[in-house]
Amino acid sequence: MSGFTRRVEHALADPVLKIAVELTAGTAEAKRATAVAAFPDFEAARARAAAIKDHVVANLGHYLQEFEANAQAAGATVHWARTAEEACETVVGICKRAGARSVARSKSMLGEEIGLPHALAQAGIERIETDLAEHIIQLSGERPSHIVWPAMHKTREQVSALFRARHHEPHLEETIAAMAESARRHLRSAMLEADVGISGANFLIADTGSVCTVTNEGNAELSIVPPRINIVTAGIEKVVPSLPHAIHMLRMLARSATGAALTQYTTFYTGPKRAGDRDGPEEMHIVLVDNGRTDMRESGLAEMLRCIRCGACMNHCVVFRQIGGHAYGGTYPGPMGAVLTPALDGLSANRDLVHACTMNGKCQEVCPVNIPLPTLLRGWREKSWREGLEPQAVRRALGLWAWGVRHPRLYRLGSALAVRAMRMAARAGWISRLPLAGGWTRHRDLPAPEGTTFIEQYARGRRR
Amino acid sequence: MPPSPRPSVALFVTCLVDAMRPRIGFAALAALEDAGCEVVVPAEQTCCGQPALNSGDAAAAAAIARQTIALLEPYEAVVVPSGSCAATIACHYPELLANDPAWLPRAQALASRTYEILTYLDQVCDWRPSAALDASVAYHDSCSGLRELGIKQQPRRLLSHVKGLRQVPLAGAETCCGFGGTFCVKYPSISNAIVEEKAAAIEASGADLLLSGDLGCLMNMAGKLHRRGASTRAFHTLEVLAGVADGPAIGEAP
Ligand code: SF4
Repeated sequence: MSGFTRRVEHALADPVLKIAVELTAGTAEAKRATAVAAFPDFEAARARAAAIKDHVVANLGHYLQEFEANAQAAGATVHWARTAEEACETVVGICKRAGARSVARSKSMLGEEIGLPHALAQAGIERIETDLAEHIIQLSGERPSHIVWPAMHKTREQVSALFRARHHEPHLEETIAAMAESARRHLRSAMLEADVGISGANFLIADTGSVCTVTNEGNAELSIVPPRINIVTAGIEKVVPSLPHAIHMLRMLARSATGAALTQYTTFYTGPKRAGDRDGPEEMHIVLVDNGRTDMRESGLAEMLRCIRCGACMNHCVVFRQIGGHAYGGTYPGPMGAVLTPALDGLSANRDLVHACTMNGKCQEVCPVNIPLPTLLRGWREKSWREGLEPQAVRRALGLWAWGVRHPRLYRLGSALAVRAMRMAARAGWISRLPLAGGWTRHRDLPAPEGTTFIEQYARGRRR
Repeated sequence: MPPSPRPSVALFVTCLVDAMRPRIGFAALAALEDAGCEVVVPAEQTCCGQPALNSGDAAAAAAIARQTIALLEPYEAVVVPSGSCAATIACHYPELLANDPAWLPRAQALASRTYEILTYLDQVCDWRPSAALDASVAYHDSCSGLRELGIKQQPRRLLSHVKGLRQVPLAGAETCCGFGGTFCVKYPSISNAIVEEKAAAIEASGADLLLSGDLGCLMNMAGKLHRRGASTRAFHTLEVLAGVADGPAIGEAP
């Protein structure tokens, strides 16, 4: 059993997981549908969003340089990191130079991708996750299972028990408000006392050098503004030419993710505190991370760089809805994760991931930037086949079948024999156990073939 | 005015219909002839190659595509009683042969003349069925047909002409049933979890019949309904439209 299959079986056996995933993803699905229906010409807006991203990805160097120059002009320090390791070294280096003991971190998928929590722990720096869901994840020692709702796999009851065990002054009442208040008490002081705040970025605005973040809790603001030093880590594909472009992408992002018109907190930060400013960090560092993105652009995955991490693809995926995010094994789950994980962690360890898709196309249909996820997955499957990573048994069976298909006479003979054999296994029209088709008949019956094949009957003169 | 010549169409029955349920092929013949077409069944047809395509064996898929193109090239139009196989020919053959200058134009030409059968009957032939059936039906939109070929209104419009037929809403009609070609054998337990939900929704719709346009999806859903002991019977949409749904449903002994 591969790691993926093991995680899948584990997930399918967990009834609580199923309820939790269905609740969040189902709500998101309904809300998105309402928001999209109310949007005048969503299709045109979607095409524009895809075009903006394609333009940026095709001219990445240009916009990154523009962003760097303008961010520097606003007083920020820009760092470049080719790999995850370089990115972590840079961040840890800044923290160490500042003598930081604790950092407040606002949730960022890039941070997870480059392994920043681990790197901070290794450097002996205390990390406080300030996003509510990420706080839950930190308390329970797990990893995020969704890119928008990292703790979507947990039910309210589970979170309540966790807070009672781990908060100093836990909630008295079993209400969401009381639980949120408990987390607020726990997190506020930590945020205000942190030496360094680390956040991600939803967009980098090239012509102003600004960083844009969206959160529902305002925790990015609280992690960025009070600490003395602010570090932003961002994938290089996050850059957009200007504010109007960012606004367009924000409209697509919020509606696709939660169905809201805009996220509660949408903030643009430009440089550190200036002379005369009352609040704000004294230093602002922006770490621009490649970590395989340039390679993706060169190797047929450029369209994947359009992704704005809204999570719609996973919310609408039949497979994700059954197995949840942890089963995917990488930082990013669902359809976008199945495309990204092999690019980040290698194909050979993830070949089963690229097959865990029915190719139903729903993910692409709901993707606000129209990423052809099924086509990209098929591309991975082709690469896996070419590189000999597919199991020998599959290769042999498919090879034999394909050879038969190319020899119509033999194919006719083979299908006539197969049909007769299946009919012998049938009882009253149904086959409930068939050797070699255990995957099918373990869970459902197989309708037996009607009689002889269509082509046989047609050749004998049947017309109706 | 001389009568316009009857269009000659090739019927590509699909490997599943050929082996498992030939009556769908005969229903196709009946409906197409009723719509005024002259139908040819190329005897050398096998499979469109989708299993190879979706497994990543692009070379085998391309070889099968070339063979199928050569076989179907002579006909004015090609109709297929399956959205997924029609999409393989119409959408994926040109992609597969994109780097083959000799074959790409041939793939594109065939793609432009290949139709899923309900789309062909509804939009090209402007055919209206004369069948009658006293039953309530739930319609499942199979994914490839829906998203790759835009099959949504065509079957519903055609079904609305069947006397006595009542279309009832099906929750999640556009949600994948978990068949996914080889997906159901590669990941049987995920596929099972998906089709369980589908079957529950079908039962909850209260419909007498489940209809769809792809035999693979139908076999998956019918097989699960049967295992659950449900009474919903399953037919290919075409069987109802051709007026032959008085025969055994999928999985019923003749
Ligand atoms: S692939 Fe598309 S739908 Fe999925 S997270 Fe990215 S932008 Fe959203």
